[in-house]
Parts: sequence; structure tokens; C-alpha cells
Amino acid sequence: MKAEVILEVNSISKTFGGVHAVSDVSFALGKGEVLGIIGPNGSGKTTLVNLITGFVQPDSGKVIFKASDITGMPSHKIANLGLTRTFQVMRPYYSLPAFKNLIIPLNSPRVKKTRSGRLGDIDAVAIDILEEIGFERDARVPYKPAGSLPLGYLKRLELARCLALSPEVIICDEIFSGLSMSEIAGLLPLLEKLQMQGVTLVMIEHRLRELFRLADRVIVMNFGQKIADGIPEDVMEDEEVKKAYLGRERKK
Amino acid sequence: MGLLSLPFFLDMYWQRVLCAAGIYGLLALGFDFLAEFVGLVCLGGAFFIGAGGYISGLLNAYLGLSPLVCIPIATVAGAVISTLVLVPALRLRGIYFAIVSFMFPLFAVYIIVALSAFGGTEGISALDNLPNQWVEVYLILAAVLVSLFLLRRLVDEDMGLILRAIKDNDQAVKASGISITTYKIRAVFIAALIGCFGGAYLTHLYGWLGISLFGMDFSILPIAATVMGGMGTLAGGVLGALLLTPLSEALRGFGQLRVVLYCFILLLFIVYKPEGFLSYFQRKYHQFELWEEV
Repeated sequence: MKAEVILEVNSISKTFGGVHAVSDVSFALGKGEVLGIIGPNGSGKTTLVNLITGFVQPDSGKVIFKASDITGMPSHKIANLGLTRTFQVMRPYYSLPAFKNLIIPLNSPRVKKTRSGRLGDIDAVAIDILEEIGFERDARVPYKPAGSLPLGYLKRLELARCLALSPEVIICDEIFSGLSMSEIAGLLPLLEKLQMQGVTLVMIEHRLRELFRLADRVIVMNFGQKIADGIPEDVMEDEEVKKAYLGRERKK
Repeated sequence: MGLLSLPFFLDMYWQRVLCAAGIYGLLALGFDFLAEFVGLVCLGGAFFIGAGGYISGLLNAYLGLSPLVCIPIATVAGAVISTLVLVPALRLRGIYFAIVSFMFPLFAVYIIVALSAFGGTEGISALDNLPNQWVEVYLILAAVLVSLFLLRRLVDEDMGLILRAIKDNDQAVKASGISITTYKIRAVFIAALIGCFGGAYLTHLYGWLGISLFGMDFSILPIAATVMGGMGTLAGGVLGALLLTPLSEALRGFGQLRVVLYCFILLLFIVYKPEGFLSYFQRKYHQFELWEEV
């Protein structure tokens, strides 16, 4: 896929103490692409997301979003440019009803600007977004406290929080983890729909089968380094990837 | 309503106590708002009182402005100063913010003593009082009620939601494209406005300013009052202040030992009634209502 590049990461590195969490990783992301990032535990995937979205400052390297350098920018400004992310550890605003969770992104400068003039009823907008993402409007689910929702809804809520910003790129940090097969089956069409709408997705995943249904391209990380980059079928044949996942070559 | 007619039945001394309770009530409101709705445990109530009090008193002493002009100016100016002072600490959370905020009043006292500025340890006396005792009493009662009402409105507005969200999960607020520092600054400014008004008012109530405006009482008693009344209820802190202040006045003879008493009350409530008596009464009231229906 040779599309316009929307996000570019240039040899980015980060060390925590003596640990090289991410070292010298580069990749480019085309507009509308679905990129998977996989790798064993502790291979630096989440740190990479934190580096891109401004939650952690890189030691060296550059992040370029829509042709402008966003390295070292505070995370809320990056979110306002249209690059947002979900969190691996689900922590909604527990004390608020589910739909009120969306009031927060709906108050960001980005949304206030794009939805020109008056927003209309901001609560109604929030509930519309939740319905779009699969909350049953009549079942009163949107009105329940976010802390009482099951995990499947929390993941949707997290995605809805991103969608409320009408972003161009969403980085999903292990959005399938902890979900049952049926819950994932419910989430997949939503992500496909987003892809159709032209949202660029980056998916950090452990659930490879589900990921490969969506992803156009996969990056494999191990010990903070990018060890493979390509279409899913090729990547899984790569010797180094097999070694990273299985420890050693399988005996024939 | 009962509160509004109260001044008629009180003599001069207890009217003063009611005024003091009002000031502590304002501080308790500010503390509860910051702690429960923003997640900033601010132990610097005395700094708000001191900043407001000193500015108002100095304007009165050196420029001869009337207290009714000094108080509004001092409220805003004091709040700006307090906010600026606290801004660097805003990136700290939990106990760290509490410690740093607790430090500022002590800091201010040492600066004033060391430089002998603004009357040094003696302070400045013979400042103008408020026009008459009715203005004194009703001004503070009105301030408490208005602050209480506005804060209760605010926490349900979008801004209040954002602040509560920052308390729950500041990372997600950042990822939602909202600057948490901006909102924290606004919240601190609001609490500081309320506190500085209390300080400015206090200076003119006693016609005196001095380093005891930065005293620990103003930092500790509002917390005891809030815990007593119920954290997160806003009104609870005001009720707590109305109960604690007369108690504290009655025990004036014990001097500094009173701080020990506040801490003791604080402990008792934390151990035996952590939700505070306001929520206890609310529950009883609801039970009573249900009874009637049955």
C-alpha cells in the first residue's frame, strides 16, 4: 500500500536506567492503513506507544505527524492534532456515568473547533457516539456508572473516548486482551468500520489471529528493537520472529 | 434559614464566633473541592488566609482604602498569588502535593519575620473594621452560602466533570486532548478565591494583621471540619466548621493544645465514621421518608 504517510517514527530510542526499552525503532504509517505491532511481553510495544503519544519523552529520535515534528510535545496537544490512543490498563472515570466519560474529550479544543459553533446537546452527542460503538441505547447501559460496566463495554468506552475526538490515527494498546471470543467478534466489525471511514489504526496485540484479520502490515518487536516489518504472512515465516516467539527453532 | 436568623439571638462574642466559623467553613469548602473533586489534597489553607489578609490589610493601612474596596481586590490578588505559588507543585500528586502546599504558609511566616516586612512579628493593628456588625455577620454568611451553591453547581458542570476525571485518571484526560495543568490551575484559583476572601474578611473583622494569619489552625481545622461533615459533600465541611469552631472557642484556655484536639477528632471520625455525619443524617432522613410512605 503506497499511501500518503501520516505518521513517521525516526530511529526513536528510550532507556529506563540501564534498560533499553526501545532502541532505534523507525517506521512509517500510511493514511488509512491498519498496522499491527506484536512482540513478546516486555519487548517495548507500550513504551513505543507512550513515546509516540507524548506520555514519555524519547532520548533520541523523532516523531513526525502530518509533516510536523511532534517530538517532545505534551500529550494533550498531540491528542488535539488527531493522534490518540487507548490504554492497556482500563481505567475509566469510575465515578461518572458511562456517557459522561465522553464529555471530557468533547470539551477538548479540537472538538470545539471542528464541530463549529454550538455543539447542541453535548450529552446527546455523547450518547450517539456510544450507540455507534455498540452501547444499547435503551438498555440504560450508557447511564450506568463506568465502574460497574463489564470489560467488553469498558474497551468500547475507551475506544469511544478516542472517537469523540474524531481522530485521524488511533493507537489501540491491546484492545482485545482479556476479552472472550464473542466479545472480540463484536469488536472486530467496529474496527473494520473505522478503517472504512478512513481512520488509521495502529494495533498493539497479542491475539494474532484476530489481528491478522485486520492488519495490512505487521511490525514485530523484541528487546526494544524492530526485528521484522511486512505483510502478516511473510512476517510469520521470518526466522527471527519464530525465534523470538518460540525461543528456539522447532526440531524437525 | 435558621442560620440567617441566628445572629439576632447571639451576643457580640458568639456573633464573632459565627463569623470565624464562616471563615473556616469557606476554607473547608475549598479543601473539600480540591481534595474530592480534583484530587489535590491542599494543606495550605493558611496561605490563602494569609495572602488575602495581608493584601487587604496593607491596602487599608498604606493606601487608606475602605475595607469594602480592599476585600474584593485582596480576594482576586491573593488568589492570583496563591495560584502562582502553587503552580510548580501541581505536577505532584497525593501526599507530595499535600506536603509542598503545607510548606508555603511556614515559608511566608519566615520571610515576613526575617525581613521584618509588613510589621514583622508584631503585625499591623488598628485597621478599619467593616461598617457595622450586621454587615460583618451577613457578609460571611452570604459568602459561605453563595460559594457552597456555586461549587455544587460547578462540580456537575462540564468543567466539574473534567476535574473529577482528572482525579480518576489523569492519563486518559491527557489522551482526550485536555491539558490537565490548565484545569488544575483553574480549580486551585477557585479554591484560593474562596480562601483569600476569608482572609481579607478576617483582617477587617479583627482590624489587625499579623503572622498568625498564616497559622496552622487555618490549615488543620478545615480538614477536621470536612472529615467530620463528610468528604465530598461540600456542605458537610461547612456544618463541620459550624460545630468545631464554637467547640474550639470554648476550649480557648487550652491554647495550642487545641490543634491536638482537632487531630484527635479527625482520628475519631476517620476510625468510627469515615463517611462523616452529613451522609449519616442523609441516610437517616431517607429512611425516615421511606417509613412515612409505608
